[in-house]
Amino acid sequence: MQRMDKETLAARVARDIPEGAYVNLGIGQPTTVANYLPMEGDFFLHSENGILGMGPAPADEDIDWDLINAGKQPVTLLTGGCFFHHGDSFTMMRGGHIDICVMGAYQVSVHGDIANWHTGAPDAIPAVGGAMDLAVGAKQVFVMMNLLSKTGECKLVERCTYPLTGLACVSRLYSDLAIFELGFDGAKVIEMVDGLTLEKLRELTGLDLTMAA
Amino acid sequence: MIDKTVPTLEEAVSGLYDGAAIMISGFGEAGVPAELIDAVVDHGATDLTIISNNAGTGDVGIAALIKANRVRKVIASYPRMAGSVHFEARYRAGDLELELVPQGNLAARIQAAGSGLGAIFTPTGFGTMLAEGKETREIDGRNYVLEYPIHADFALVKALKADRWGNLVFRKAARNFGPIMAMAAKHTIVQVSEIVPLGELDPEVIVTPGIFVERVVPVPGKSAAAA
Repeated sequence: MQRMDKETLAARVARDIPEGAYVNLGIGQPTTVANYLPMEGDFFLHSENGILGMGPAPADEDIDWDLINAGKQPVTLLTGGCFFHHGDSFTMMRGGHIDICVMGAYQVSVHGDIANWHTGAPDAIPAVGGAMDLAVGAKQVFVMMNLLSKTGECKLVERCTYPLTGLACVSRLYSDLAIFELGFDGAKVIEMVDGLTLEKLRELTGLDLTMAA
Repeated sequence: MIDKTVPTLEEAVSGLYDGAAIMISGFGEAGVPAELIDAVVDHGATDLTIISNNAGTGDVGIAALIKANRVRKVIASYPRMAGSVHFEARYRAGDLELELVPQGNLAARIQAAGSGLGAIFTPTGFGTMLAEGKETREIDGRNYVLEYPIHADFALVKALKADRWGNLVFRKAARNFGPIMAMAAKHTIVQVSEIVPLGELDPEVIVTPGIFVERVVPVPGKSAAAA
């Protein structure tokens, strides 16, 4: 069984983003999805701090600290891109104008609940940013993460035990072992990596999984 | 003749008082009115409530205010960042109150204050820890949380250019919270890289109309590109 590495997974997520989509990519691993969107197409990357038409990182000599992404890294603006204030930016996110957002997560439930902002540790200093707004507001929420934690626990669960970010909002989970459709009827398997069987995946997840129609 | 420009940072923050609630523009470092914040440190006002997306990093900006022990409470969406050591130290010591607000609710509550609304119903945060104890309502089959406006006594904002009526244009993603904070505070104080003559700003591209601005102070050469 061959797990997808991070780059392969990013490329796989990018394949499901159609040209013309307004897309918000979360901080960290989801940001790398941008590297796999076809150069010849028009894709509209949104950044919560007021950018639509965000481009790749600049050359060192072109860094402008007034032009950064949600992770506070320097970016560029594509021709045709624009700026706007936070009220408008979160109107795009909360108001259902963003077609697809891609986020990481600590846990996702089979019904599409997501937990990705807080470990729940009593001494953790909480920070939430725009995650809750995207979770409830984007038309489609994709999560990309490893299916199993470092200690081997499945992060796709019946019910999240970490503090929730949003309820019933994730439509797809892209993991290193399989891709799932999530929703009211639970998790359905769309694809698995070579060498993995539904039976083995059931065993790994502890979930009563079926294939998507 | 109305002229909202003031020559010095000291004059820009005069009238600030202990216990004030202060909105501060910026996202990360972009759009943070660092020189105005330094002027608040020099002013000496204390027991402040700071409303801002982040809580400062290193020893500058909001972090300098926290380090100087002038801040009683922070209302923010993302206070913990690499280098937010002063926030973390005071928070862990229990002498800094934190109200954590999802970023879009922070924006919407600031806009509600500026717009004269009594409250808003927002879907963000429903069913999460951050909505615990709050009133909720189902409207057309969707669940919402009741959230109240965030008002401020002062807003400190960084913009690119202003004229003497206080009309503003911004620079790139340094705009972020500036325009909506300018609307929500009793007194809005803006630092700009350049003051231009009345009529020079294209009326079609003015982002913040001067009605929302009380004072403008020039801090030349301080846009990120020039820094």
